[in-house]
Amino acid sequence: MVQEQAPQKVSIQFEDLHQQNESYIVGMWTFLVTEIMFFGGLFTTYLVYRMANQETFWEAHRHLSVPLGFFNTCVLLTSSLTMALTVHYAQRGLRKQQLLWLLATMALACTFLVVKGFEYHHKFVEGLIPGPNFRFEPVEHLRVAQLFFSLYFAMTGLHALHVLIGVLVMAILTVLIAINHPSVQDFIPVELTGLYWHFVDIVWIFLFPLLYLIPR
Amino acid sequence: MSVAVAKPGEIKHNYLNAGDTVRSWLLTTDHKRIAVLYLVSVTLFFAVGGLLALLIRLELLTPQGDLMTSENYNRVFTMHGVVMIFLFLIPAIPAVLGNFLVPLMVGARDLAFPRLNLASWYVYMAGGLIATWAMVNGGVDTGWTFYPPYSSSYSTSQVTLTIIGAFLVGFSSIFTGINFIVTIHKMRAPGLTWFRLPLFIWAHYATSVIIVLGTPVVAITLLLVAVERVFRLGIFDPALGGDPILFQHLFWFYSHPAVYIMILPAMGVISEVIACFSRKRVFGYHFVAFSSVAIAVVGFLVWGHHMFTTGQSVYAGMVFSLLSFLVAVPSAVKVFNWTATMYKGTIEFRAPMLYVMGFLGLFVIGGLTGLFLASLATDIHLQDTYFVVAHFHYIMVGGTIFGYLAGLHFWWPKMTGRMYPEGIAKLAALIIFAGFNLTFFPQFVLGYLGMPRRYHWYPEEWQMLHVMSSAGTALLGIGYILPIFYLLWSLRNGALAGPNPWGATGLEWKTDSPPITHNFEETPIVTEEPYAYENHHQQEEVASGTGASTTKG
Repeated sequence: MVQEQAPQKVSIQFEDLHQQNESYIVGMWTFLVTEIMFFGGLFTTYLVYRMANQETFWEAHRHLSVPLGFFNTCVLLTSSLTMALTVHYAQRGLRKQQLLWLLATMALACTFLVVKGFEYHHKFVEGLIPGPNFRFEPVEHLRVAQLFFSLYFAMTGLHALHVLIGVLVMAILTVLIAINHPSVQDFIPVELTGLYWHFVDIVWIFLFPLLYLIPR
Repeated sequence: MSVAVAKPGEIKHNYLNAGDTVRSWLLTTDHKRIAVLYLVSVTLFFAVGGLLALLIRLELLTPQGDLMTSENYNRVFTMHGVVMIFLFLIPAIPAVLGNFLVPLMVGARDLAFPRLNLASWYVYMAGGLIATWAMVNGGVDTGWTFYPPYSSSYSTSQVTLTIIGAFLVGFSSIFTGINFIVTIHKMRAPGLTWFRLPLFIWAHYATSVIIVLGTPVVAITLLLVAVERVFRLGIFDPALGGDPILFQHLFWFYSHPAVYIMILPAMGVISEVIACFSRKRVFGYHFVAFSSVAIAVVGFLVWGHHMFTTGQSVYAGMVFSLLSFLVAVPSAVKVFNWTATMYKGTIEFRAPMLYVMGFLGLFVIGGLTGLFLASLATDIHLQDTYFVVAHFHYIMVGGTIFGYLAGLHFWWPKMTGRMYPEGIAKLAALIIFAGFNLTFFPQFVLGYLGMPRRYHWYPEEWQMLHVMSSAGTALLGIGYILPIFYLLWSLRNGALAGPNPWGATGLEWKTDSPPITHNFEETPIVTEEPYAYENHHQQEEVASGTGASTTKG
């Protein structure tokens, strides 16, 4: 079972490699807990308002494109697979395969952002951007529909920001791996990026049904 | 205990003289140096918040508003709250004492993520400076609670900037929290099991859990207020379709536990100091340890007691009231155990111990008056009065500052290698205790009589009590200024401390004062329970007395 492992360095504050690796993993999970609580505040806000305004939220959500949302869900799920493969090859210290799957993940992430951009543009054309120019039919739903779209943009916007940060981190990783920089000679940076990426994925798994698939 | 005497002119290698350029301080990843950076910056912000408090109390000397307008008064008390809470009380003990001591106490060379630790200081400074900038540019008048729709739609003050400042400072404490959790989980020295950890570590662990779970929620909530303000997205403003009560729920979900972020580390300090100066192990170690965790857990379930008068459901109010009473249980467990620790101990009234005694008094008063406010019926009368102001100052300000000063004096020899002057330090402790009570006790009476908070006009018959309170502030000011002078004085002129001037247990006392950059010459191995003062006592007797060769382990 023991594969050829990439060489790793131990920082001064740690006793050994095992302690260092475990510390980084625990640190990342703790960070993800803070992220869950961060999104949790938004999800709570959304759920409270949705419970209070079932009818209007249903009306408003029909302006979202389920096919595009579904497509993006597939894209992100696939990117989780490619990320898992990246981590797999990183643990074995295989640079070429790492690079290949990392680039694939980045391509999928960018696809997601582009599709999201088209969706936002569509909302803009329809006049569904909250603010003085917000238009919604029927007019008696306008206020609450605006609330729905405020939350839609806040939640998907924050998620898209996380995707963007993921892309930037992966871009940096790609460069470092390409020039065989010492800091990525161990697999931990890739492993941590992988954990983060799966988290970003899972957030979308909740966002998609909450926003796009509201039952009648 | 023998005290190592350094020969004159002999300078031992330590973290302070490891480099003296500005760069070596600003780019350091040494947790001890970062603690010193925090010590300086936290002290500066405390001075700012203190001056604002002084302005408030000056204004309240007379029943009329003669020093400032109502608008300016709103800004002054808001900024006093923002600075003191976000920039002093929350980071004070964890970021200064915790940063310095957590790695030392667990026998590690540094925190798990030294660069993240440095980043936390920079983020803290960025947040602090943005908040200060907002202050200079007109300040904020919403109260530190930022309640919408006033904060999001109506206030013309610098709400957005201040929120960005608070948001950043929140992230700095998240960084610290993550660092502590990982360090305590993964970097304990060989033999240092969970139940051999000092209670200071347990307290910081519980604090970190609250920071990690709570801070992100207030971060996103404040961010939403800022977004609502800037982009007119309707989220909390009822005119835009939102619900302001939801904001209060989300805000207090963090901001009530934030009180425990302030007080739990202080409780950790108390446990260390009280055991050392009573020469006894902490009574009921496991109970004190678990009560920290219990406070962290139950503290998350009581936020609704800030909202008894907002029209939240009566049943919710009853549950929140009951749960709030429940927090008194672990708090009382701690107080009883500390008292029992002193019982039949060999008590030494050093300055840190005086602060501990002060803490116990203030904490009991603050805690018990909290029960008045947790009761639905009495809270209707006392809500938003000076009774509340006095209560939270006793518990989170009195508690935290007394814990902080106790810890700062107790570990000052470790941090600097020098002793502080004992006599004047004791005097300062007494002045602060007297000043604190004179400032805030009259406020209980004022609140009970109906004086609302956040007003600077009041009926003339209350002037006497307000004058007492303001006089207390002056006394308090003197008490706070004294340590700044004598502690700075001691840096050059204090007696050399040696590794363990108090004869205390704990790994931090087993290394030099000040410690070397990587804390220990070799990784320590722990073989005994914490606070084994009695064992050491017996060992000394054995060594000095009868000449028996057996020692107790």
